[in-house]
Amino acid sequence: MSLSLKIKRVPTVVSNYQKEEVGRRSGGCGRNCFNMCCLPGAKLPLYAYHGVDSTSDEKAFAELEDADIPMAFLDSLILGEWEDRMQRGLFRYDVTACETTVIPGKYGFIAQLNESRHQRKRPTEFRVDKVLLPFDGNKFNFTKVGQEEVLFQFEASENGEVQYYQNAPIDVENSPNVVAINVSPIEYGHVLLIPRILECLPQRIDHESFLLALHMAVEAANPFFRIGYNSLGAFATINHLHFQAYYLAVPFPVEKASTKKISIIDNCGVKISELRNYPVRGLAFEGRNTLQELSNMVSDTCVCLQENNIPYNVLISDCGKRVFVFPQCYAEKQAMGEVGTELLDTQVNPAVWEISGHMVLKRKKDYEEASEENALRLLAEVSLSEERFQEVKALIFHSIFCSLNEEALDSEEDVEVQFAEDLLGMKLKQQQGSHSAMVAGTHDCLVMQ
Amino acid sequence: MESQLALIEQSFNSRYSCHVREALDELPDSFTITDPSICGHPIVYASRGFLKMCGYSREEVIGQNGRIFQGPGTDRRSVMEIREAIREERTIQLNLLNYRKDGTPFWMLFHMNPIFSKEDGTAIHFLAVQMPLSGRGRRRGRLSHDSGTEDVMFGSCRKEVCFDSLLEVGRVLEHNNSVLDSEDSAGVVDIEETCEANELEKRRAASAIKNILSVLTHYSELTGRLVCGKRGCCNGTSPLGSSVAISLGRIKQSFVLTDMHLPDMPIVYASDAFLKLTGKSHTCRWFCGHLKYSSTCKLVIECSQRCEVSLGYLILLLLAHAGYSRHEVLGRNCRFLSGMDTDPSTLFHIKESIRAERPCTVRILNYRKDGSSFWNLLHISPVRSASGKVLFSCFNVPVSRT
Repeated sequence: MSLSLKIKRVPTVVSNYQKEEVGRRSGGCGRNCFNMCCLPGAKLPLYAYHGVDSTSDEKAFAELEDADIPMAFLDSLILGEWEDRMQRGLFRYDVTACETTVIPGKYGFIAQLNESRHQRKRPTEFRVDKVLLPFDGNKFNFTKVGQEEVLFQFEASENGEVQYYQNAPIDVENSPNVVAINVSPIEYGHVLLIPRILECLPQRIDHESFLLALHMAVEAANPFFRIGYNSLGAFATINHLHFQAYYLAVPFPVEKASTKKISIIDNCGVKISELRNYPVRGLAFEGRNTLQELSNMVSDTCVCLQENNIPYNVLISDCGKRVFVFPQCYAEKQAMGEVGTELLDTQVNPAVWEISGHMVLKRKKDYEEASEENALRLLAEVSLSEERFQEVKALIFHSIFCSLNEEALDSEEDVEVQFAEDLLGMKLKQQQGSHSAMVAGTHDCLVMQ
Repeated sequence: MESQLALIEQSFNSRYSCHVREALDELPDSFTITDPSICGHPIVYASRGFLKMCGYSREEVIGQNGRIFQGPGTDRRSVMEIREAIREERTIQLNLLNYRKDGTPFWMLFHMNPIFSKEDGTAIHFLAVQMPLSGRGRRRGRLSHDSGTEDVMFGSCRKEVCFDSLLEVGRVLEHNNSVLDSEDSAGVVDIEETCEANELEKRRAASAIKNILSVLTHYSELTGRLVCGKRGCCNGTSPLGSSVAISLGRIKQSFVLTDMHLPDMPIVYASDAFLKLTGKSHTCRWFCGHLKYSSTCKLVIECSQRCEVSLGYLILLLLAHAGYSRHEVLGRNCRFLSGMDTDPSTLFHIKESIRAERPCTVRILNYRKDGSSFWNLLHISPVRSASGKVLFSCFNVPVSRT
């Protein structure tokens, strides 16, 4: 039996060239877009990041801060270029004119009144029952943005040192990673990181792209610069692989939440914790040794969620030292009619920023009445139930164990998995490969395939 | 890094009379004093107790930021809390895992207090006391849920061990032998949960803070530039963020910033490069902002006023040396740069632009401290808060390349 879950919502406009209608232009489009028709001969600044993974990222981070590269500080580049586009009028509105306040209470949720972000357009349908969908060239994707919306290329430096080139050619053979503006910004400096843009990857995390995002966070070296990711079904608007990022000069509520450590995995420098006393259940990953290890662990987690069709959001914070992963179920609930009208009327789509505690409100009424209670009520609907979360957690851990043990040719691995199964009292999938069925049990969000 | 060391010397010398270091050296406690107005928020003083505790020499520590003592096992959330306390200029006390020079981790009670200037209420230093927690030796312990059959080595920490996952127990039991003898301290820190300080340790930290503060207060009296542990009342300007200082210090150019909401639009910040010629470094008043240097010679500012989170933008051009000490420029209007031959109509134009919240660029004849004059290309821009209010104008003093 197959059920297709859909909701209607107004998509966020992230590019000035984004239209609701489908339509493919063939040949040169004359719009100076970011596709093969207009790219040859185009130039774009290139920031080559410090790609060498040192044994102690702490040291690498410190060195980066002290390095005297006045023209190439990544965050200065982002903000400078962003400012330039602002002057050129490329944004749909002036985000600095949006009122923002910290809601009084123990969590410190941040509320922004942004009436311009969501247009008064006809809502479109979004499938919310599938986390993985193939790329569809007919729909809007980032090769259709104007070149003026793209700020710079972001690649690993070949010699391990940070380099900056003001006018670098765009290597269309080896599709570059680019940083572009989000024309409907939530905050100053809101940008999009689009890995290997010309390869037209669908919205799904893989190891390489996640590592790139982590590198960007490290490179920005600014604890107020966060990078976020929304999977399909968790309010990603565009099915073309991208991360979002912006600056917010206060801690996010989720960063302040207490955590409960749930595992130390030996020989792998990542500490995994569960969020405690926070309205949305999630996992926090803290890197200890190399960036690669943290990246692999989080990527494995995301791949596991994707393959099990569980929508999720990811927040990279603390200069790439902490990563939060939130499995969620709001869209499904919405499709099944389980969300109250009051919440629906606010039209807040709880994506990674909202879940982390930055609420973008489109109605003045909601902003004026913004309270911690309201925020908690919304986020409670987003979170998986405790039961369901524990199931998902077990799935994730099984997946991580399998990945780790692939590397370590250790005969104890089967013993450990057996041990885990016995302890947790549930059956975990033993085989590698795609997990096609969910773990049975009672759970709130049932997704049928 | 000569100028950095000079600034560090100045940090103390300008504020406290010269025997303050000797007096501090006599205190038994482990503590550090940092200066947020110097780029990188470095340590400007470290007690003998501190150096002994962490195994570094004085030269290795002075000028460094406190993060060098953090490591893989340090809880990131705690680091964030400390960062926020600095930004908000308030006291904080928490348990923190630090690392010695030889790489061994240790728990300590970290208690930090801002030190305020009595003149203008800004935080000029941060004082941090580190109280190593009882019995936390260098040996790591193993976790065990069955204390009867395993060798339990906890040092003499009395905290309870709690298991969040029996899975973890399984792994640990499997591997306990290999872990036991390993000298490798990288990566795995077995005891990760917070080690709690007891009441005695907290009291000792608090009294150490008091003692050190009274030494500093005493020696600041002698210079007439008083400090105190609590923010006194200042003359009506908004309290300013230390994190601003840290960011402002990164700007290599010389520039000044004025506050147009204060009467007579005084200068509220002057950069190090602006003061370079005098070699003096004084505390100065900060506005709540966070400046960033950009590749296209524009500066972007993030303003944060108490609970209001806001962003603005700022356009800066190049700068000039005017030869004034920070102390002298503070509170003065930029008019003091004008002199006899400065065209009054230009001054009027500037004033009008500020009033109309418009950017303007003028060529104006300015005067240095020594009386010599130079032509300046000034660019003045409004800086906005999130609500669209203009907070103040930036007044840029470019280098005239003659």
